[in-house]
Amino acid sequence: MTQVKMTVNGKAASGDVEGRTLLASFLREDLGLTGTHIGCDTSQCGACVVHVNGEAVKACTMLAIEADGADVKTIESVANADGSLNVIQQAFQDHHGLQCGFCTPGMVMSASALLKDNPKPTEAEVRHYLDGNICRCTGYHNIVKAIMAASGQDVSALAAE
Amino acid sequence: MYNFDVEKPTSIADAVKALGRDEAQPMSGGQTLIPTLKARLAMPSVLVSLKGIDEMQGVCTDDDGRVCIGGGTVHAAVAREVKDQYPALAGLAARIGDPAVRNRGTIGGSVANNDPSACYPAAVLASAATVVTNKREIAADDYFLGMFATALEEGEIVTEVKFPVPEKAHYEKFIQPASRFPLVAVFVAKFSDGVRVAVTGASENGVFRWTEAEEALSSNFSADAVAGLKIDGSSMISDLHGSGDYRAHLTGIMTKRAVAAIS
Repeated sequence: MTQVKMTVNGKAASGDVEGRTLLASFLREDLGLTGTHIGCDTSQCGACVVHVNGEAVKACTMLAIEADGADVKTIESVANADGSLNVIQQAFQDHHGLQCGFCTPGMVMSASALLKDNPKPTEAEVRHYLDGNICRCTGYHNIVKAIMAASGQDVSALAAE
Repeated sequence: MYNFDVEKPTSIADAVKALGRDEAQPMSGGQTLIPTLKARLAMPSVLVSLKGIDEMQGVCTDDDGRVCIGGGTVHAAVAREVKDQYPALAGLAARIGDPAVRNRGTIGGSVANNDPSACYPAAVLASAATVVTNKREIAADDYFLGMFATALEEGEIVTEVKFPVPEKAHYEKFIQPASRFPLVAVFVAKFSDGVRVAVTGASENGVFRWTEAEEALSSNFSADAVAGLKIDGSSMISDLHGSGDYRAHLTGIMTKRAVAAIS
């Protein structure tokens, strides 16, 4: 076992891990942060997207040891300080951007990475950016709409409820 | 996954030393290797992570005007940093996998693995790039030896790739939508002394140069010049996503589109 130390959602976190322990497993099983979901475990679905040093990565395809010393942010850090939903989460609720909700943590983490680099994306840019986030319920329309709305753009003309 | 030790060297020299351990395996971004380990298709005792090696990071230009990319540079960084110097290469990097994969996966890992459907090998071969390792420099034409096979020896790692910049170039990719790998993709690079055409995703032998198209395009750089060319589908990959003949057909189409985009 190897000790790893990292900053997770602004707090110091540490634990003993095996070489093969994935960052997703460490977050969920050692730190109890079960908002990071493991959907496919083959890096296709994106339910496990977290931010490592500010970059969106798939936590199921990174070893916990590789995150030693890193600054990690998970879905648990996204809400406002008073516990209310942040602008992206609220937009997902307002525009019905989820049904079962399993993919939602990864969708929100990907969306926030996109909006950080590209504050006013086009619909095509949003769809392209979500290449690695799979949703089996919504058909994506309302997810795209929610992300466009979270970026402050008018979404009244966007297709499909 | 079977368990393994992880070493995190911070220099190329230390990485090479760590790779001397029994059953050691280098890992760069891990975007292919970690899924491979999960499937128990590899069983290293030691994984040597190359991510912490600063001297393998980043992009620069050498005295010959070549774009030199450190082996540990992630696709997202290549997409950002070579946009002005070599837009076709930046465009290729910007469309590998998905954003999260591009934040981890590296050029060195892609070139070392030489997946028959990977994007980077097409750019390396079409650009007549040089693959730099901890031991030597290898011309692209001598580097790719077939599906998942390269000139790399045991314990040898890709530290840098040096790309001559063509006058014009374009990468045209037909995506296999589930894997996001190319079903077939073609990189066309036009230099002052000729045209090089590299095809990935198609052949059982991995990335290859389509010499008939190169000859036709070198005398007449237009989509029409390759319109009548046929390539044999019998040695192409046949799977549930497409037959060899379909991939052969796509090779022609992708080449035509790539040329049309820049002529």
